[in-house]
This record gives sequence, C-alpha cells and structure tokens, in this order.
Amino acid sequence: MELGFLLGSIVKILGILAYLYGLLWVLARPNRWVKLIGVVGAFGVVQLALTDFGGFQILTNFDSGLLFQACAMTMVALGLNLIYGFNGQFSLGQWGFYGIGAYTAADITYRWVNGDARGLLVVGFGTILGGLALIYIGRWLKRFRGVPVLSSFTLYLIGAILAGTVAVYIGNALNPMFEPLLGTSLNPGILNSPLALQIVFFLAVVFAGIFAAEVSFLFGLPVLTLGSDYFGIATLGFTIVVNVLMINSDTILPFPEMKGGRGMVGIPKLTTWFWAFFFMMAVIIIMRNLIQSSTGRAIISVREDEVAAKAMGIDVAGSKLLAFVVGSFFAGVGGAVYAHFIGFLSPGTFGFLQSFNPLIIIVFGGLGSMTGTIAASFGWIFFLEGLLRVLLSQMGTEAPTWRFVLYPITLLLLMLIRPQGLLGNIEWGFLKQKDVLPRETSAVDQPEVAASKA
Amino acid sequence: MQQVSGSSQVVIPVPKKKKQPPLAWVGQGFFILLGIVVVAILISNLIRQPTLFAQFFISGLQLGFVYALIALGYTMVYGIVKLINFAHGDVFMVGAFVSYFAVARFRLHQWPLAAFPQISPGLGVVIGSLTVILLSMVICSALAITIERVAYKPLRDAPRIAALITAIGVSFFLEYFGALNFVFSPRFIPYERPFEVVAWYIKDGIHLIKPGEAPPDGAITFSNILLIIIVASILVQIFLQFLVRRTKIGIAMRASSYDKPAARLMGINVDSVISFTFAIGAAFAGLGGVLYAIAYSSIWTQLGILPGLKAFVAAVLGGIGSIPGAFVGALIMGQAEAMTMGYISTPMRDAVAFTILIIVLLIRPTGIFGEPEKEKV
Repeated sequence: MELGFLLGSIVKILGILAYLYGLLWVLARPNRWVKLIGVVGAFGVVQLALTDFGGFQILTNFDSGLLFQACAMTMVALGLNLIYGFNGQFSLGQWGFYGIGAYTAADITYRWVNGDARGLLVVGFGTILGGLALIYIGRWLKRFRGVPVLSSFTLYLIGAILAGTVAVYIGNALNPMFEPLLGTSLNPGILNSPLALQIVFFLAVVFAGIFAAEVSFLFGLPVLTLGSDYFGIATLGFTIVVNVLMINSDTILPFPEMKGGRGMVGIPKLTTWFWAFFFMMAVIIIMRNLIQSSTGRAIISVREDEVAAKAMGIDVAGSKLLAFVVGSFFAGVGGAVYAHFIGFLSPGTFGFLQSFNPLIIIVFGGLGSMTGTIAASFGWIFFLEGLLRVLLSQMGTEAPTWRFVLYPITLLLLMLIRPQGLLGNIEWGFLKQKDVLPRETSAVDQPEVAASKA
Repeated sequence: MQQVSGSSQVVIPVPKKKKQPPLAWVGQGFFILLGIVVVAILISNLIRQPTLFAQFFISGLQLGFVYALIALGYTMVYGIVKLINFAHGDVFMVGAFVSYFAVARFRLHQWPLAAFPQISPGLGVVIGSLTVILLSMVICSALAITIERVAYKPLRDAPRIAALITAIGVSFFLEYFGALNFVFSPRFIPYERPFEVVAWYIKDGIHLIKPGEAPPDGAITFSNILLIIIVASILVQIFLQFLVRRTKIGIAMRASSYDKPAARLMGINVDSVISFTFAIGAAFAGLGGVLYAIAYSSIWTQLGILPGLKAFVAAVLGGIGSIPGAFVGALIMGQAEAMTMGYISTPMRDAVAFTILIIVLLIRPTGIFGEPEKEKV
C-alpha cells in the first residue's frame, strides 16, 4: 500500500506541475478567446476530478484539502516574493497578515451566518473609510517636502482610528435593519440564502485583503525606513504581536466569537474550487502585470541598488511601501480563502514557527521567480504536508518531528549550494518577461527620426 | 516619505540653528505624549502601591540580568560579523538542557560530597553547582564554534540576508532536533535545581522565609537566585570589559570589528577571532540558560526563542556592538517586561519588547550607546 501511495503521490505532484505549466502556457497565447477557454478548461478539469461520480473520485477529500491549502499558500508566498524576492525587503511578517486576513474574513461570515451584519458593515465601512482617509491624508502631506516619517505615521494613524470609530458607529446604527433579513442560524433569512452567502464571502475576502493591506501600510510606513535585517526582526515582532492578540482575542480584544486560544470554530466552509482558483488566478495575474509594468521595474530596481535607483529618480520609499502593501493584500486574501476552507482557526496555525513556511517556499522556489514560487507552494504542500506526513506518521509517533528536522537541513544545504533557489529566475509561459523592443525598432516607427540620424 | 535632513542644503558658514522639517512637531508630540502616559501610569502606581511596584521591579531586575547575559553574545557577534545570530537563543536553551541532564541524570552537582565526604555541605553545593555551570558553558561554546564553522563560515562573503536565513535554519534545526525523544524531549520538563532556593522578605528589616510559611502582606520578597543572577551578570560584565580592553585577544576582537581586511593585514587571524567571539558569547548564553532554568524551573526545547529575541532587542536598544549598551538595554527590557506584566496584561509582555524595538529604531537607530554609522555607498 505504501509503495502504491508513494507512486500515486509522485504522479499527483508531477501532474500538478504539468497542469501549472499548461495553465501558464495557455495564458501566454496572444488570442484572448484561447486564453479564456484555456482558463475555463483548466478550472473544469480539476472540478471534474473533484466531482464524486458514484464513489469514484480522482482527487479524494484529502487531496482537495491539500489543493485549497496550496492555493492559499501560493497567494501568501507570491506576496512574500513580491516583498522579498522582487523588492529585497526581508520580511517575516507575511504570516501575521495572513492571520489578520483569515480572522477578519472568518469573523465577517461567522457573524453573518449567525444573524449579525455588523462584521461586514464595520469591516466594509472601516476599510473603505480608512482607505479614503489614508489617501486624502497622503495627498495633503504631499504639499510639504521632507515630512519626518514619524509625523506622517502619526497623522495616518489618527486618520485610520477616526475612520474605524465612524465605521463602528455606522455598523451599529445599520445593523437593526439587516437583522430581520438575516434571520438566525436555525431559521436563515433571505440574506442567508446560498447565493447571498457567496456574495458575502466574496466581499469578506476582498475586505479582509484590503484590511490587511491597510494595516501593512500603517506598519510598513515607519518600519520600512529601517535597515534590511532590522526590518526582518521588526516584522517578526509584528507576527508575534498578532499571534499574542489572537490568543487573547476574547480578553484583550473585544471579540468573544474568536474564542482566544481555544480557536474559532463554526466558520462556514464557503471556499469551493471555483473561489480558490479565481482568487489564485487573480493574484497571479495582478502580480504578473504589476511586475511587468514600469512600477514593477521600479520595484525591482530598488532591490538591485537603492542608491542607483534613487539617482534615477525612483521613489525608493514609495516603491518599498507599494510592494509591502500589495504583498500583504495577497496574504490577507490567502488567509481568507484558507479560513473558509478549513472552517476552524486556531492561533497555533499563525504562530512564530509557522511564519517561516512562506520564506522557506520562496527560498526554495527562487527569489524573484513567480513560477518557482507557484511550483514550490504546490510541491511543498503536496510533498511535505501530503506525502511525507502520511508516510512518516506510519513509521512511528515521533517521525513527524523529523519533518521539521529535515526542513532546516534542506534550507541550509540550499543556502550553501544554490542560494538563488531551485528554479533560479526561470519563468514559464505567461509569466515570462516579454522581450523589450530594441531601440532600432522604435526609430523605424518614426521615419523622420531615422532619417535625421542617417 | 523618507526623512530628509534639512541641514544638508545649508551652505552658509554662519552657525545657524538646524532647520526643523515641516510637521516634525506632530511626530515628536505623539511620542512625547506616549512617554508622558507611560511615566504617569508608572508614577501613579508607585504612589498607590509602593511595595507592589518594588516587587515588579525586583522581578524585572531578575529578567533583565538574565537578558544581559544573552545579549552579550548577540552584541559581540553582531559587532564583528554583522550577523544576527538567531541560533543564539537556542544555544541558551542547550545550556539549560545540559545542566538539567547533569543534575537530574548524572547528579554531577553532588560530586564534591561524594568524593570528599569530610568537606562542609555548603562548600560542596557551591563547588558542585559551579561544575554544572562550567560544563554547560563549555558545551555551549563547543556547539557555537561548530555552528560557526559549519553554517556561517562558508557564507561569510554572501549577502547578509543569506546568512540570516542560514541562522534561522540553524535555530530551527536545534529546536526540532532537540524535540526528538532520543535527544531532549518535546515536552515541558520540570527542572531540578542543584541547590535549594532560599527566599527573604523585606518588612521592617530582612527576614528569612521558612519553608511552608507565607510572607506577610505588604512585604517584598526576593530569593538567593536573584542575588546569584545579579552577581554572575556583573562579574561577567567586568570580565568582558577586562577581556576586551586589556588583553591581546580583546584588541584583536576590536580590530576585527573595526576593519576586517586591515586586521588581517596586521597579522590577526580573523577567523579564529570570530570563532573565539562566538565561543565567549555562547558560554555566557549557557550560563544564562542555567540561571534561567534555575529561576523559572521549567524547560523545553523552544525555551530559547523569546528570551533570545528579547535579548536581541535589548542589544539593539543599548546600541548593537557595545557591551555596556547590551547590559543597560537588557535592564531596561527587563523592567519594561515586568511592568507590562504587572500593569497592562501578562500576554502583552512579548508585544512590548517589539514595540520598544520599533520605537528605538525609529527615534535613535544607533541605540543608547551606539556610535552613528555611516551608510556605505
């Protein structure tokens, strides 16, 4: 049985890699319709494999769990790769933003299902008003030159707190209107129909991502001015602080439904393959387009050489902040997807030691390689969480600990032998950087310039 | 959004007051307000319940002196190789475990009494405990030298972050390798002390607390462990000052920290100096581990993570690379943690350390004793 399981797992991992390659290949086709049909086909293939045909299922429940986990992990790891791999800011705070996204989205849908619209209203208005406040304060601050970072941070913080307070008042005021429509958990109302729930889920995921992004903006603004390894330690501290708050969410924070260290149970399991695929593709496409735009080139140039980038007129602090905020947005979305797949959130999942998982993934996959990150996320989940966990647990009670002994050894060997990661900066299909047109071509386009040169 | 110093544009030779950047008062006001609130809370509590405050102060002192022992290793290693040695906290943990095995399994602390039954029991306990501590220090030094040779030395010319990731890997390896059953154990282990705890209370003079007796209300208690930790920490501090200022290896350490290639040209074996620095830092971490385990009497393999990180924060607070700075920073950290536990809430003790780190790095990135370092272009 073990040999069969081993072979099956290896076939699955190879199949997933081939699937990813095909997906990225089809996305790279120039024809828009081919692209669309390809993506829909890619979605459908897995959906078919997940469907239960009278007891026959290609991907079992265990596999589908791994699949959703891998999708969430891909989003988190891509976000971290944007921050560390592309922008060169060594961040260990990604796991904290992942946790923030997971808990925020879970709270929204949990309250909604239990007849309380305040979760959605407060977080929704809070993120929108907070975002507007941050944008307008940012515009106002542009009038001054050389505002110290502490002052701008203070102003942004005051703005965000005011927006949050207003949102809480609005939420409490509007909640009675929704209560009859929501019904109770036993007797669901009109707004708790399956279709409405899907919309609420979508909003919850998006708001959770935006909320994580806003928190990362407030946190990153002062902290990104620190040096590289101090930034790493400060973000590690952020993860620890978030975890401490999660453990005490019912005592320090006013959220009794999160149940503190006992873990939040009863989150509606709304993540389907459609949503996981949708959000993962959205993250991949947004990130690819960002990286290949001029903003993305600015972000990469900050990694290569900050002084040179500054000399070329690039807003170094702004690029760092943008990468950090977008990366945290991805982490928040990933967390929200994860929370609604697993249905149970425990602070232990977002602890200090797990916070290194995305780092290990992007180091494996290659810093500054999206393909590597995606492949490594899927490979990591299916190989280590799937195959190795099952195999090792059959060997003895303490064998699972060996997994965690093997991680760091592999990490050390990789750092010593191949510090740029397994795939280096190889990209597949859709993610491949388009060749920049050589200068002659642009001269030919403008005949008079060519003529004057000649 | 980055801070631009206003003085860079000033070219007039007339001594002129440094121009304040616009809106600087907002940030300054915010942090001054924060400081005033903290000081007000502390003072109001001091006036209301002075004995409780003193008790928190004493527990903060105990924490602070242990952190000082760990922070020395961070600050010295960072001073020379510019590496945040993440594994340092786990070396601290190994020190605690070595002493546990020496005491609970091999009864090493009783060897003087077993070998020479005629000596006084007090002297026997002292010699036995010192042996245990020395053994931990030696094993920690050996471990640190091994780590340095195997993991860090090949990466000396690699980017700093690669070395940092390696350090994280080593830290993980020690934690989880230690969690295997045949190494240490994945569980919490009650720690057996090599000597008895004696506690005193202060109320109308100093009195001994007899076993099974509670101190009266409003008394401040302290134990011999606190005294031992303070004495050990101060002795280590004096020893290190002597080592760094007066001995040849200390001069070599300072020279390597200042300029490695030049030190090499002057005939200093920089690699062995680095190894020596790791060994010294690890020895004190081992000492700290034994004392921490004696004081808090419960150990497990992830014991070293948070004390290690807090000691690092202490080193940054004091000015990384500076030995007295690590000492002062650790005492401040200990107090901050104890006061947070006392007056805010116990779980926030971990959060406050990193809040302090961020605030210090923003207001004075070089720390209290640090020298300003120019960014090399």
